[in-house]
Amino acid sequence: MGKILMKGNEAIGEAAIRAGCLNYFAYPITPQSEVAEYLARRMPEVNGVFLQGESEVAVGYMIFGASACGERVFTTSSSPGVSLMSEAISYIAGAQCPAVFVNIIRGGPGLGGILPSQADYFQATKGGGHGDYRLLVMAPASVQEAVEMVMKAFPLAEKYRNPVMILGDGLIGQMMEPVEFPEDLRTEPSNKDEWATNGMSTRGDDKQNLVKSLYLDPTALNDHNLLLKSKYDQMKKEEVLYEPVNMDTDYKALIVSYGTMSRVCKSAVAMLKEEGIEVGMIRPQTLFPFPEKAIADAAEKSSCKIILSIEMSMGQMVEDVERCVKGKLPVSWYGKCGGDVPSPEEIMDVVKERI
Amino acid sequence: MQNEVMFAGFGGQGILMCGKILAHAALEEGSEVVWIPSYGPEMRGGTAYCLVITSDKPIASPIIKNPANLVAMNLPSIDKFAPEVRPDGVILINKSLANVSSGRTDVDEILVPVTEIAIEVGSVKAANIVALGAFVARSKIVDFDVLKEMVKKEFSTKKKFLDLNMNALERGRQAAL
Repeated sequence: MGKILMKGNEAIGEAAIRAGCLNYFAYPITPQSEVAEYLARRMPEVNGVFLQGESEVAVGYMIFGASACGERVFTTSSSPGVSLMSEAISYIAGAQCPAVFVNIIRGGPGLGGILPSQADYFQATKGGGHGDYRLLVMAPASVQEAVEMVMKAFPLAEKYRNPVMILGDGLIGQMMEPVEFPEDLRTEPSNKDEWATNGMSTRGDDKQNLVKSLYLDPTALNDHNLLLKSKYDQMKKEEVLYEPVNMDTDYKALIVSYGTMSRVCKSAVAMLKEEGIEVGMIRPQTLFPFPEKAIADAAEKSSCKIILSIEMSMGQMVEDVERCVKGKLPVSWYGKCGGDVPSPEEIMDVVKERI
Repeated sequence: MQNEVMFAGFGGQGILMCGKILAHAALEEGSEVVWIPSYGPEMRGGTAYCLVITSDKPIASPIIKNPANLVAMNLPSIDKFAPEVRPDGVILINKSLANVSSGRTDVDEILVPVTEIAIEVGSVKAANIVALGAFVARSKIVDFDVLKEMVKKEFSTKKKFLDLNMNALERGRQAAL
């Protein structure tokens, strides 16, 4: 099958089906309502289920319920909706259930606006809900990458028995680009008999599976948290993904940027190169785990004088960048988050001003 | 080579569809393409615009400060976007709703009465297709025959509008020559 032109939101819906997910629960919100619109039509064609919850709070627990029964399940929402789901996300992580959440970010805080933003970086990577949990967070920069990440998200969620979040922004959801779908992965969740409450008769054994996040005994809860921590440590070892851009040069500055913003920065890097100014860029594809080593190594380069975290948020990812650079070089932030995405020319001016 | 066109007008004028058909044509020709809609709190009669980027290489920034070309379907679109168009680009103005020049002398400006032509071929709603035909004929951003195929495809399930829109496309082409 050749490339077809698809809106990011629709491609995300189709990718989930092709990843073998036949359960989609959601509540509409701009700028991702087209996922629900698409799957409302598409799910019945593949004998799947689309159910619109009465709120995002309900949707969060519908996801928990389906996941606890060993079903592949996902939802999509945008910032305020994800806030409402955050309680359930904490429970799902605590109960070690796999599920995929897609956040097509809009401006915040509160109702904010409906245009593209990356202001949910903290919410996605540092919690959002309560307790010591982490999400595996992937940030696509194109419709094609959104498709690939959604399809990878399900096996990863099952590998770690942990929620995975795809963090896009309004532009990724709304724009159309040519996409090609990888081969279908319509398999069953691999390890569900070991933990899911899918019925002892279905499994044909006499072992009871219990899905819970409540541990009243302090030693048991500490052990449980240590087990969760070991999974997050394993993610840090095995799942880091990033794209280096123009890194084989004697770059004077290093940009760290992800998602839509990174594409603008990529154009700026190319335009600066034409003017004889070399700038390197690291584009994190996973935000948790964060490409810590790649950024730390890049900061060792003797030609590099400054590191810039460029984000559609008011200085969130910059804290992770600072953590990696450990004060070896100045780290500077630039961003906008009202909905106007900075242009390549604007980024060029910022780089020139700060190097 | 990267090329861009901004389609702009009132909500309800078929701006997004215009861009979508062009994007399909570019993909059909094997180009990389990005279609970006305005999706603010838009409504019928409000402003609507969409940007189509085509290129022979992967497209980095979907945000373009200075697009190569502009199709302005109403007066506010000229005021807002004409100053941004790169020199040597095409600015197509819907003369029926905005009988004015953009004042740019470094571009290929063309005024076409697209709404009047659309009414002549049978429906004011076909104004977007008239404009698309005129713009592609003038800018040659995609092959006109490929565009024709894409318009045919777009209306293949709405047979009663097919002939009307094919006429609209052809009248647009003639107006731009």
